[in-house]
Amino acid sequence: MPRIIKQRVEFEGRVEERNVVIEGDDLPVWPAGERFQVIGTPVTRVDGAQRAGGTARYTADLYPAGVLHGAILRSPHPHARIRALRTSRAEQAPGVRLVLSHRNTDAIPWYNGMSRIFDTELRYVGDEVALVVADDAAAARDALDLIEVEYEPLPHVIDPLEAIRPGAPQVHPQGNVLGGAPERYARGDVEQGFLAADAIVELDVTTPDVLHHSMETHGSVAWWEGDTLVIWDSTQHIFGVRRQVAAALRIPLDRVRVLSPFMGGGFGGKNNAGKHTVLAALASRRLGRPVRIVFTRAEESQAAGKRPRSVQRIRVGARSDGTLVAIDYWGVSSIGAYRAIGTPLAGPATELYACPNVRAETLNVFTHTGPAAAFRAPGYVEGTCALECAIEALADQLEIDPLELRLRNYAEADQVLGRPYSSKFLREAYAMGARAIGWERRALTPRSPVRDGPPRRGLGMATQLWGGSGSAPAYAEVRLNPDGTAEVRIGTQDIGTGTKTALTQIAAEVLTLPVGKVTLSLGDTDFPYSPLSAGSQTLASCGPAVRMAADEARRHLIDAAASLLEVAPEDVRLEGGRLFVAGVPERGLAIAELTGQIGNFTIAGRGFRGPNPDGVTIRTWGAQFAEVEVDPETGEVSVLRIVACHDVGRVINPLQYQSQIHGGVIQGLGMALREEHVTDPETGAVLDLGFDAYAVPRITGIPEIVALAVDKPDPIANNLGVKGVGEPPIIPTPAAIANAVANALGVRVTSFPITPAKVRAELGRRA
Amino acid sequence: MSTPSAPSGSLHAVRVTVNGRPEALRVPARRTLLQVLREDLHLTGTKEGCGVGTCGACTVLVDGRAMLSCLVLAVQADGRTVETIEGLSRDGALDPLQQAFIAHDALQCGFCTPGQVMALRALLRATPHPSLDEIRRAVEGNVCRCGAYPRIQQAALEVARAAEGYR
Ligand code: FES
Ligand code: FES
Repeated sequence: MPRIIKQRVEFEGRVEERNVVIEGDDLPVWPAGERFQVIGTPVTRVDGAQRAGGTARYTADLYPAGVLHGAILRSPHPHARIRALRTSRAEQAPGVRLVLSHRNTDAIPWYNGMSRIFDTELRYVGDEVALVVADDAAAARDALDLIEVEYEPLPHVIDPLEAIRPGAPQVHPQGNVLGGAPERYARGDVEQGFLAADAIVELDVTTPDVLHHSMETHGSVAWWEGDTLVIWDSTQHIFGVRRQVAAALRIPLDRVRVLSPFMGGGFGGKNNAGKHTVLAALASRRLGRPVRIVFTRAEESQAAGKRPRSVQRIRVGARSDGTLVAIDYWGVSSIGAYRAIGTPLAGPATELYACPNVRAETLNVFTHTGPAAAFRAPGYVEGTCALECAIEALADQLEIDPLELRLRNYAEADQVLGRPYSSKFLREAYAMGARAIGWERRALTPRSPVRDGPPRRGLGMATQLWGGSGSAPAYAEVRLNPDGTAEVRIGTQDIGTGTKTALTQIAAEVLTLPVGKVTLSLGDTDFPYSPLSAGSQTLASCGPAVRMAADEARRHLIDAAASLLEVAPEDVRLEGGRLFVAGVPERGLAIAELTGQIGNFTIAGRGFRGPNPDGVTIRTWGAQFAEVEVDPETGEVSVLRIVACHDVGRVINPLQYQSQIHGGVIQGLGMALREEHVTDPETGAVLDLGFDAYAVPRITGIPEIVALAVDKPDPIANNLGVKGVGEPPIIPTPAAIANAVANALGVRVTSFPITPAKVRAELGRRA
Repeated sequence: MSTPSAPSGSLHAVRVTVNGRPEALRVPARRTLLQVLREDLHLTGTKEGCGVGTCGACTVLVDGRAMLSCLVLAVQADGRTVETIEGLSRDGALDPLQQAFIAHDALQCGFCTPGQVMALRALLRATPHPSLDEIRRAVEGNVCRCGAYPRIQQAALEVARAAEGYR
């Protein structure tokens, strides 16, 4: 019988208490040194031919028969009330079938009740005003201009520091600080700690708004089959979309099916259903036809989420031998007009280093700008910029090697929750990374700024701390066909991370089948429940369930073979797709011979994700090292090389592991040097619509990236010993680059992105 | 509903050869080649990443040259030969460039991949053994937000270095 226990589970940098259902015994963890055939090998993507061949169908590729196209009218004001709205001209435009607005749509609560699907108070440039549905997308967009809206502009606030001043325009009646107060954390006595410090560093650090810009924009295609709603959605969470849409439309869960078999990138920006998802469903119900709403690239810049900008101040104090005695952290995250959860900016500062006296205060501040969303390690990328730049500045001040300083303050246990780590191989990551970059070549940071002369090289590093444990619940099913092929079903998503391939490898390993004989299907709420693909949790949540499902099928195979071979099940072995009597390899048969003999009786297995071990904190770790060349005359920074080495438990697929590292590092590189989403403080307008004015990294700007793995299984985290690698690689990149720039020039730019102008300004400031 | 009603103006006849097949279409003046490929011919392998010429996802070959199909009006394609990602495989076997992409894991979400492959195909056809620099320049306009760039470069280099060249 299932039992329910309460467990503290980490997700996206926050720890929450959750009910976890225990259904039975989990499998023992595959120990270090376990020999594998498929796991740990560089299997190429099982869906590579579909993706590279152009036959993979993404949500945006769906044009069902009779499909109509939706376009959304968005607020031109950062804060306004709709006085009047007239749609008759738009409704009469050629090709237009329907216009939805607050006037003819239920007041469906949205953004956790902070707003509704069509609100009459608009809180950012881009907030949804109306939907036009027409025969084609161009007709729908044309008709947007024919909707007449009278807006009453209201006072607005764009800057988060202005938003927390008394008398600032209010984004929500509850005030501009999420939760009404800062989030606070403290241990020890910070003031006493600083009194004992021989060196103190204080830094002001800012990070910009950064956009996800997944190549597939947000989109949903919805239609009704009788009373059942079918939605294709470009999402990281099909079951979450199902729950949100069912609630919005007040229909039972079993009348909503959500699919996302291929998905063109999310990075945290597609964790929830969008308003467009609900609108597609509503419009389809009214019109009796499929409705497709796919964002334009410009909408992606305005209304699809962002990593919110941060303003941070950090003070760190240490004794002359480098021992940290105090960390004082203050951070503001500008979460835009709507956000239900805060940004865990203080995570790195409070946990990464052994330090008895730590204080942190974080404010999540509403502004009249586009809503923030999770973006690959939310909070931790920003927080690491502050902490790791401060640590390296401290090392320079004390003339201690920055790596050595970090090792002297190595945290052996989780000081925040007061419990041990399940495993921590960060020392190994430091050592492997340092060796690969040639850290011993690092010259002392110049004591005075280098203002001219030829380009100078510098080396810098930064550490990564993040969750990625995964957790229950997640389920999988495996079944064997009469011809000996296997099918796996699991309701997770592959958002580009290679989930499908890694999970296929796990099933193939257990069943001792080649990868080509296992077909895994995902991205469908008709399949067993899986959590959202975020928090680097997919592999560690779903993988153990797939292993258990395959293991149950394997045991059934052995039982069936035992009766055919007339031996006890304990005496049957399964190797290389063959079942045989132990010690008598010739007495046996292939899986396909067995399943063929039992005909349509299906060998199947069901697996669940067991609970996380109690009383430990599960973390991923890593270190990155950057080598840069900076031209002091122009301020131009060229990154020559990044070495990344991460401890994410056992690596299931080294090829895809490295691809994840490349991807994270490249996004980190963009944030470090170029990317900045800009909102006009006067008008609230987004100044970087699309790719024209927003500098996503291009192939010509990519340095050499060396992706290394510690590759040691976590001994207790889950039955595979795996953790996630989706988010870890972006976390330390900007800080490592900033530290390398400081090492080259002797001045420190702590305002990201580190543009040539900022480098020049910093050099000038110290003149 | 394969031919949506035209909201503005009349229809124009367009004859175009797509992946070796002649097609006769009637399209509104402002319909792009990208829309025709995806919505009328159901060739959704060619992706729309921006619709305004800034991401390369919609790259196809027009008379052998790489073009951004979101910037080409369907009427401009009249009388031309268009090749899309779907045209690359022969009898179910992928083209060497596609195979190299898979072997080197040069794709993550895969949404940019067709555009990357087509841009490189145009390069390799014109220059069978391009340098790394030429490869980078050929796909400089192709955004990969997943950051598969190091792998894309490796995959293209492997094909570029094959003694027999690229067909
Ligand atoms: S869709 Fe054509 S360049 Fe982006
Ligand atoms: S593989 Fe996702 S955008 Fe290139």
